[in-house]
Amino acid sequence: MKSATLKYSSQSVSKMYFIAAIGLFVGQIVFGITLGLQYLIGDLFFPAIPFNIARMVHTNLLIVWLLMGFMGSAYYLIPEEAETELYSPLFAKVLFWIYLAAGAATILGYLLVPYATLAQMTGNDFLATMGREFLEQPLPTKVGIVLVALGFLFNISMTVLKGRKTAISLVLLTGLWGLALMFLFSFVNPDNLVRDKLYWWFVVHLWVEGTWELILGALLAFVLIKTTGVDREVIDKWLYLIVTMALITGILGTGHHFFFIGLPGYWHWVGSVFGALEPIPFFMMTLFAFNMVQRRKREHPNQAAVLWAVGTAVMGFLGAGLWGFLHTLSPINYYTHGTQITAAHGHLAFYGAYVLVVIAMISYAMPILRGREANPRRAQAYEMWSFWIMTIGMAVMVLALTGAGILQVWLQRMPTEGAMGFMATQDQLRFFYWVRVGGGVMFLCGLLVYLASFFIGPAADEDEVPALVGGRLQRA
Amino acid sequence: MSRGFTSQMARNIFYGGTMFFVLLFAVLIFDTETRIPARSNVAELTPAVVRGKHLWETRNCIGCHTLLGEGAYFAPELGNVYQRRGPDFIKIWIKAQPTHAPGRRQMPQFNFSEAQLEDLVQFLKWTNGINTEKWPPNIEG
Repeated sequence: MKSATLKYSSQSVSKMYFIAAIGLFVGQIVFGITLGLQYLIGDLFFPAIPFNIARMVHTNLLIVWLLMGFMGSAYYLIPEEAETELYSPLFAKVLFWIYLAAGAATILGYLLVPYATLAQMTGNDFLATMGREFLEQPLPTKVGIVLVALGFLFNISMTVLKGRKTAISLVLLTGLWGLALMFLFSFVNPDNLVRDKLYWWFVVHLWVEGTWELILGALLAFVLIKTTGVDREVIDKWLYLIVTMALITGILGTGHHFFFIGLPGYWHWVGSVFGALEPIPFFMMTLFAFNMVQRRKREHPNQAAVLWAVGTAVMGFLGAGLWGFLHTLSPINYYTHGTQITAAHGHLAFYGAYVLVVIAMISYAMPILRGREANPRRAQAYEMWSFWIMTIGMAVMVLALTGAGILQVWLQRMPTEGAMGFMATQDQLRFFYWVRVGGGVMFLCGLLVYLASFFIGPAADEDEVPALVGGRLQRA
Repeated sequence: MSRGFTSQMARNIFYGGTMFFVLLFAVLIFDTETRIPARSNVAELTPAVVRGKHLWETRNCIGCHTLLGEGAYFAPELGNVYQRRGPDFIKIWIKAQPTHAPGRRQMPQFNFSEAQLEDLVQFLKWTNGINTEKWPPNIEG
């Protein structure tokens, strides 16, 4: 183990963000398994934790921890790319605690206060924004998110302005500013449900199939540049082409959500055509990752980070690309819209693209934040095992949900006469739902192995002699 | 990639391409906005419907149900429930919750007043009338 020090000491603020992100991730998965069980044991935890509350906690925790991971990643990446200390490390720390406290208060609010009361207490009658999928947060939380995001963006933008401007940091900044900008549509809630849904997608779609892809591309490019040593010029070109394709396909690709919610018929064509093109940037990311690893100019000691990065590219393509393509065409979506097929795609896409890229970034940065270039070999082996256990667990879940979705479409959607009702169909899907819970438990096991990797020391035969670094004698 | 193709060119394609598609999207959204009133029978969007939507949101119905196919997949689609079940059934059903049938999925009791139930029904009736391009494929939603 070679010891390593941070290039810029202010990068260390990212550590608290990463630790909190992983903690919230564990909470998300625990609630996920609860939901999986509630699909089978309908009255489990009722009325203490009804399904809708558990689901809200599950999805909101996902969003909170991914944003936590993005912010931590940016605080780590931006000083190094800009070659200057962070504009204000103190501000980054203050914002962390505000964000964590607001997130925790919101989750506790969901769990402890009836949702209608929570809405009344938090000014929802003054400006109604709650009760829409993924945007369930009370008004003060939404305002808080905007303020924290603005503070964060100010901090990293000022850092880039006073330092070197690289393609990676510019793409990352564009993505993060876009993320904050699109979130403002969460305050738009017209009385007309059709218009409500239209602008709701401005947040949801233009996050995950738009601005977030820029963040994903930038983080992936950063980890690849660091671990492969490939020329920046080459990586920059790939990055720009990937994010160009992401937005060219993703912006009009929003139309694949507009087929059946009351919007004009031309969206069938726009959404089908551009939706079908949306896998292209993800495919390019896969080519990019393999290409860079093949052309690597160094053997980085942190091979776990390389695995997470390549895993991001492959699983992102499968989840966001392939599983998205499965039901993006309007004539197919006519039958699959709002079935378990959507759930299958949602899980694999979020895991493959966004969970994995944040972990890739943590995997690369965390050892350095802890004073070494890479983790001991044994700890890396734990990480790699956790990658495979989580990924296979997720694959089991997604295949089970896809099976459930196909059967659901067959029984409930396809017949024009005498179709099976919703609840009767659900009873037919129980086998798939049990398999899904199995996959979820496996995923949790993988996550626990991942947690364990942080506490694994070097093996007895591993080099523990003091290493000479930068002219100083340091204990590895 | 060929040597003549620089990262500056790639960057310009990114900015140019993005701007073009943002503008095109904005034009389509603008046109869509002008068509929504007719497609959603805006004349029938009464205060009762708006109150019903508010109840729908503040009880987090979307956390279990889908509405026009969007939401959670735990409980039945409600975009066409007005047509499937009718107004009286909807009210009786909501009032009868939870069923407490062992092992079955449970819906909370929201203690709605008669006026609130009527608002919800009005919201679901109006929603049922939205032009959804003939979705869902059949009455079961």
